[in-house]
Amino acid sequence: MTPVSLAWVLLSGALFGCGLALSTMVRPEVVLSFLRFVDFGLLLVLGGAVAVTLVAYQVLPRVLGKPMTGTQFHPHPSILDARTIGGAAIFGIGWGLCGVCPGPAIAGLGTGNWPLLFALAGIFAGAYVQGRWFGEG
Amino acid sequence: MLESLFPNGSVHYLAGGVLLGVGVSLLYLTTGLVGGMSSVFSTTLSWVSKARFFHQPPMLGSRVWRLVYAAGVLVGAAMFTAAVPSSAFATGLPWWQLLAGGFLVGFGARLSRGCTSGHGICGMASLQLPSILAVLTFLVTGMITANLVVRIGAGA
Repeated sequence: MTPVSLAWVLLSGALFGCGLALSTMVRPEVVLSFLRFVDFGLLLVLGGAVAVTLVAYQVLPRVLGKPMTGTQFHPHPSILDARTIGGAAIFGIGWGLCGVCPGPAIAGLGTGNWPLLFALAGIFAGAYVQGRWFGEG
Repeated sequence: MLESLFPNGSVHYLAGGVLLGVGVSLLYLTTGLVGGMSSVFSTTLSWVSKARFFHQPPMLGSRVWRLVYAAGVLVGAAMFTAAVPSSAFATGLPWWQLLAGGFLVGFGARLSRGCTSGHGICGMASLQLPSILAVLTFLVTGMITANLVVRIGAGA
């Protein structure tokens, strides 16, 4: 990728990080209070994000032939199999235990939430075990 | 009604969610890439592990931009906290809960090929049935687990 493309990637990530901080999703306690039916704010976060992205994903490829930098809009089909559903079930158990998912684990460090280093170490270890012993290809 | 569903207010949730969408949309507009956040935990391992899985072409081909994207997420959150100091926060959850939960999150997300952003935002926004089913699945197991943890009296 060109430096210009990577600069856009960095800026996009920064907006994503701001969104996670503003929405307080970087606080595991807020995520857990959603999963315990105390505060349903997470649904507003997810709904707002999906609504904006839905429009972008539908409209941009039709209006523009290709992205501003780069060659094409990359399709990213998800697959329906036991891995997708079983993995999601395991992911949910971990999420319900610690209230942290990959984006907020990274963004949370930026807000000075140092204990999330434990969560990040756990996520890396889980990704390693998955790829090393349960990976495809 | 609104106060009982959203005891901590609702505007910051909605605005934050829109900002997440703007970030993912800007990534798509400028590069055509779909930005889930869990893949970076596999692709980054390609620099430190020789295991074949981490050296497949899609992994090596995306490891740079995924790491830059993650760096952006970290920097963006840090800048937000610098501008709004009251947003600084440290979790009170015990370390073992973060570590064990994180392990299952990392393992499960990579097995499922997506997490709350990959399936939840990108997959649902492209109206993909597998992603929608994955989201429903982790919402159910997450809710069951979070409530069980309270029942058995574990931390936070």
